Parts: sequence; C-alpha cells; structure tokens
Amino acid sequence: MEGITALYIFMLAAFTGYEVISRVPVILHTPLMSGSNFVHGVVLVGAMVVLGHADPADPTQLAIGFVAVFLGAANAAGGYVVTERMLAMFKSKSGGAQ
Amino acid sequence: MNGVIQLAYFGVAVVFILGLKAMSSPVTARKGIVWAGYAMIAATLITFYTPGMQNYGLMITAIVLGGGVAWWSGRVVKMTDMPQMVAIYNGMGGGAAAAIAALEFARGGAHGVTATTLAVLGALIGSVAFSGSCIAFAKLQGIMTKAWRLPQQNLVNIVLAAVAVLLGLAIIVTETPPSAIVIAFFVVALALGVILTSPIGGADMPVVISLLNAFTGLAVGFEGYVLGNPALIVAGIVVGASGTLLTQLMAKAMNRPIKNVIFTPITGAAAGGGEAIEGSMKELSALDAASVMRYASKVVIVPGYGMAVAGAQHKVWEMAQLLEEGGVEVLFAIHPVAGRMPGHMNVLLAEAGVPYDKIFDMEEINSDFPQVDVALVIGANDVVNPVARTDKSSPIYGMPILNVDMAQNVIVVKRGQGAGYSGIENALFFRDNCRMLYGSAQQIIGEVITHVKALEV
Repeated sequence: MEGITALYIFMLAAFTGYEVISRVPVILHTPLMSGSNFVHGVVLVGAMVVLGHADPADPTQLAIGFVAVFLGAANAAGGYVVTERMLAMFKSKSGGAQ
Repeated sequence: MNGVIQLAYFGVAVVFILGLKAMSSPVTARKGIVWAGYAMIAATLITFYTPGMQNYGLMITAIVLGGGVAWWSGRVVKMTDMPQMVAIYNGMGGGAAAAIAALEFARGGAHGVTATTLAVLGALIGSVAFSGSCIAFAKLQGIMTKAWRLPQQNLVNIVLAAVAVLLGLAIIVTETPPSAIVIAFFVVALALGVILTSPIGGADMPVVISLLNAFTGLAVGFEGYVLGNPALIVAGIVVGASGTLLTQLMAKAMNRPIKNVIFTPITGAAAGGGEAIEGSMKELSALDAASVMRYASKVVIVPGYGMAVAGAQHKVWEMAQLLEEGGVEVLFAIHPVAGRMPGHMNVLLAEAGVPYDKIFDMEEINSDFPQVDVALVIGANDVVNPVARTDKSSPIYGMPILNVDMAQNVIVVKRGQGAGYSGIENALFFRDNCRMLYGSAQQIIGEVITHVKALEV
C-alpha cells in the first residue's frame, strides 16, 4: 500500500472514530468502551495471517504466532461477551421489562 | 479469491463503524454489538481462505483455546467486576498486536522504512497496552493492592521511553535486526507499561483503562498497515480516535487532566490540605429515614461504588418502587465517574431492573436539587463533596459534583465515619440539612423497606 494512501485512510478513520461517538450519552460510556475494545479484536485476523505465513520449521515463529492468535481470539471473544451482557440490560419501562 | 477477501474486509469495516454508531444510543446499542459480532465471525472465517497460508492446526487450536477461555470468563464474571475484564481483554489485543510485530521482525516480513517504523510503533504501543492492562487488572481485581511509586518515577519513565525508542530505531535501521535487540526492545516496552501504570490509584483507573484501549486501537491500526490489511487499519484507528475522545470525556468529568493522571497521581500524601470543617455529623434512624422519604414528594437517589460493592442495588430499587407506589417521585442521579468507569453505575442499576429513563446525568439533574425533598446518598462520597465547589485549597477543587447539599434534606448511607476514597473529609456530612444513616447499605436499606411498609397500614 502507498504510504500516502495509508495516511489518508488513517486521517479519515480518525475523524470517523471521533464523530461516531461524539454524541454518546454518559450512560453508554462503559459499554461503548467495551464495544470498541471488541472492535479492535479484529487484530485476530492479522494474527491469523502472520501465523499462517510463519515458517512451519521454526518453533520460535510458531510460538509467537500462536500467542498472537490466542491473544487476538481472547480479545474478540471476551470483548463480545462482556459488551453484549452489559447492553442486554438496557431497557426502558416502555421497552418491556424482563 | 483475493478480491473476494478484500471485499469482505471492506464490508466488515463498514459494519464495525455502523455497529459503533448504533452502540452510542441506548435504543440501538444491543443491535450494534450483535452486528459487529457477525462481522467479526465473517472476518475470521474469510481469513482462512487467504492464499498461501499454513499452520491451520495450530491456528484453530489457538482460536479455540483463546476464544474459549475468554468467552467462559466473560460469561461467569460478576457485573461489578466488568471493568477489570474490559482491561484484561484489551491488554490481550495489545499483546496480539505486539506479537504480530514480533513475528514480522522474526521472519523479516516488514519491508521498507515506513512499514518497519509503523511495526515498531505498534509493537511499542501494544506492549505498553498489554503490560499496563495486566497491572490495571491486578489492581481492580485486588491482587495488587498498593500503588507503588519509584523514586524519580517520571525520570524513570522518560529514560525507559527513550531507551525503547532508541532500540526501536535500531530495529528500523538494521532492517534484519539481531534477535538480542528485538528482545531487549520488547522487554523495555513491557517494563514501561508496568512502571507507567503502577503508581496510578483506583479513582484514576477508568481513565487509564480507556487510554490503554485507545492505545491498542492505534497499535492494531499500525500493524494493519504492515500487513496491508485495511480492515485492521480502519477498525484500529477508529477505536484509537474514539477511545481518545472517550478518555478525554472521562478525564474532564473527573477534572483530572490526562497528564496529571499519569505524572502526578493522587496519593495519600498529596491528599492532605484543605480547610478544617466546622460542625458535627448528625445521625438518624432507619425509621426516621423511612418516614422522611415516604412523605416526601420528590426523592433523588445518588448511588456510588459503595452501593455496588455492598450489592445493594436490588434492595435500593425495591425501596424506590415501594416509595413510588406511595406516590413519591423517585429518580436516580449519577455522577459521570460513579462506579469505576463512566456509565458503570448505569449498568449496575440496569442489572437491578431500574429503567434507564429514571436515571439522570449530573448535568440533567443538578439544577433540580433545590426542589428535591430528600437526596439519598448511598456509598458515594467525593462526588458529592461541596468543597470541590468552595475550597480552593482542596485537592478535588474544581471537580464537577452533584449538588446534593442544595436539597431540602440529605440522607447519607455510610458504613461508618471516615474519609472517602481520596482521603478527603466530606463537608457535606457536617451540613445542617444532612443526616447520617450508619450501616451497610444492603442491611440498612432492608430496614428502611420494612419501616416504609409499616407506614402503609
């Protein structure tokens, strides 16, 4: 990828991130932090790619790659469960109590 | 196939952004995380079709183990322990980003100065997020109880950061760096995370977790560039930016600039100062509390972390419903940093069944307090301390507070006499309109409920 193209992507993504949550009510700060924590769990994809291209004959590479995928999967799975549990509890009186 | 994969990643990035957008409104929040969840599954599955990959057995084992452990721990954890779980999962993401960089160095995968520089930056930030989050987890979990500071802490931080940068430069310059340099780089980066986070005390923890969350986002974005994966770049940078904004919002709510959180933590010694407070604390009984609230027309409940620790939120909501049946208007007022993270208290109340339209932010409710008959403070302290408004010499001066002292009557539920988390005396307790209701929240609110029921007859 061209460095300058990447720079534009960085810039636009940064503005997007800033705008997307700029009007979030305080009650959602914790779930949103947790939700964004889940979103960067996509690092799992990167970890899979590097492990997939690691040299199968080199145990060091395999070990590092294994750790990367393990941690990435934990980030994604844990982030999802925790966020979903928090958000499942938001309900209004009209919105039907459980 | 590559085109299909790239297109899928593009779709995933779009859904992540839409999901985050949906998560910023209570009505759509649940949908938002579910969408993002499907996108994550799609991204993971399509990645298996990446051309030229090997080691599938190891990969699937790692996914099952890592995902399984995290899924299980996330399911069983108590709601009050959520903050440290967010911290640890975030740290794992940072660790994954750092490990990606490490593997790229090991196999010489990062080519060109730009890619290597970003790989190094991502590795540094990711390592700090990893070790810092582990410390944050240990502190919130109660494994690590003391906040320790090194002598010349700030100097140590700067030196360590400088060494990490120099080692990073060495990696960038040498292209194929000797493994000793790479290992030294990671050791220093991890140590930096530990030493940065260790002195930071409980009250500042949410800001730190949020900051580390933003860090991980950036690290993921940078490694995304190294791997030429736009989905990682977009998701990472979006989280980096939104996490930074969220950190600022939290720091602002606590009147603690981010640089103060990191460089001058509130410690016991720093919490001295402040003027002496005149007057005395006045006690009242559960029966009196019950009748004052039962015959009030408007009661505002101010819950703090103390209520959550006591697990009293269900009892409190039971009492609130009882009062409402008697025609009393009952609302909940929440300080932005009540609980351990902004919004954490809302989650705990929601768990107890309190509808979110009964819960009000500080800005929404602060001007109403003069019209409130009874403000019931449960397990909150510093966030209702009027010295933050009045006493310039106090360490918490300038912090926005809930103006409960302006209510007609204030009842404070507290386990015993003594200062709050920050060690600062609370002038509210000595006011003429304030009465202390001593006891553990769970048990004392139970007594109040009994008395309120007795009044109905």
